[in-house]
Amino acid sequence: MIHVRGLTKTFGTAEAVRGIDVDVSAGEIVGFLGPNGAGKTTTLRMLTTLLRPTSGTATVAGADLFADPVAVRRRIGYVAQGGAFGPFTPVGDELVLQARLHGLSRAEARARVTSLLAALDLAGVEERTTVMLSGGQKRRLDIAMGLLHRPGLLFLDEPTTGLDPQSRANLWDHIRRLRERDGVTVFLTTHYLEEADALCDRILIIDHGRIVAEGTPDRLKAEHGARTLDEVFLAVTGRELREGAAA
Amino acid sequence: MTALAVLTGHYLRTSFGSKVSLAFGAVQPFLFLVLFGPLFARSGVGSWAVLVPGLLVQLALTSAGMAGFGIVFDQRFGVLERLRVAPVSPVTLLLGRVLRDSLVLLVQAVAIIVAGYALGLRAPLPGVLAALLLMTVLSVGMASLSYAAALTMRQELFAPVMSTVVVPLMLLSGALLPMSLAPAWLDVVSRLTPFRYAVEGLRALFSGSYGASAVLWGVVVSLALAIGGLALGANRFRWEKA
Repeated sequence: MIHVRGLTKTFGTAEAVRGIDVDVSAGEIVGFLGPNGAGKTTTLRMLTTLLRPTSGTATVAGADLFADPVAVRRRIGYVAQGGAFGPFTPVGDELVLQARLHGLSRAEARARVTSLLAALDLAGVEERTTVMLSGGQKRRLDIAMGLLHRPGLLFLDEPTTGLDPQSRANLWDHIRRLRERDGVTVFLTTHYLEEADALCDRILIIDHGRIVAEGTPDRLKAEHGARTLDEVFLAVTGRELREGAAA
Repeated sequence: MTALAVLTGHYLRTSFGSKVSLAFGAVQPFLFLVLFGPLFARSGVGSWAVLVPGLLVQLALTSAGMAGFGIVFDQRFGVLERLRVAPVSPVTLLLGRVLRDSLVLLVQAVAIIVAGYALGLRAPLPGVLAALLLMTVLSVGMASLSYAAALTMRQELFAPVMSTVVVPLMLLSGALLPMSLAPAWLDVVSRLTPFRYAVEGLRALFSGSYGASAVLWGVVVSLALAIGGLALGANRFRWEKA
């Protein structure tokens, strides 16, 4: 689903991503971890065609990221960290708009929005704006936005940040169901390592723009003689605070 | 093409959904029309057919010029990013908004012209229609540049910078008082700004002088602004360079 070789991104003189290789197979749920400023979001934004990489090669969902970014967009869903809905428009209108931009007719778009909202426990919220919704509802709504066109690959940037434990557990169920029922491949970032442990088949840890660890949660723990992924994470990325880094 | 129609329709529904803000956009030129127009018409400088085209350019400048303000919110809330990952070209994303802005402006302009008629404006219909078309071309350029500016400068700077930039452009266009009254230096500076040509083109059309060179210059400059604005705006909608 994702095949990346030597991907880099330089902002001025700052090297945010310094040549990473990433391979993700169809049907995997992969956790992409790293401290603040390590290059997580930059990488995600490159793989989703939002940011032009400085160098490297990448095939995403079967399309060449450089030669055919539009084909990549047709086949992926992207759920950004900050959400995708303005505060003034009814959420149903925004969802129908996005579905139609993916080529669905008005009737198809409406039907798709209704069924997707029902599947995400959001039936009947079409007329509301996001200010009337809870944090968990908003996050599921963002995920609905990313799934309108039935992408085979879904990118989730910190999908559970700020949610209460119930909403997080609920969101995990939805993510697992996506894979089981629809065969969706999921590539997600998170700062909650017990979440990555519970949810992901495989973990990639990025730091200072390089992949510093990779493997199943169990293998990573065994390799580092650690009981938890938190211990693995601190072992490979160190204990130094990463303050002032926002990317 | 479908994507463009879908986007424009979505934005139009949003804009026409709020009748208050739609009407509010025309309040300023309407105030100029009612509170400044009678003075102008009796000043000997020119008739209503000189003032109204100026007010239309003023409207295009202020309303299309501030169009980019809407995208500041879309950028902040992630709406823009979401649209950027849809399989739609940057030009379409830009044009969807710009066409909405131009149509809103057209409705407001018609309201101003109708009010002008009530106050004493007399102009040939073909001239008025051609003038509306020219104003639309101008507003496409202006709105595109406004979006380009909004996507380029720091978010909090957009409103203060644009509302300041618009003032000299409007004064130098001769929208309120014809530049034929200006001292030589002011006339020269005015000729360096694009809206001068639009104002004079519109005035020629309102007076029925369709063959005047002012019309040609108005069309050329407005088209250049529209093409340049669209190219620059679409460029800003592409992959982020940062």
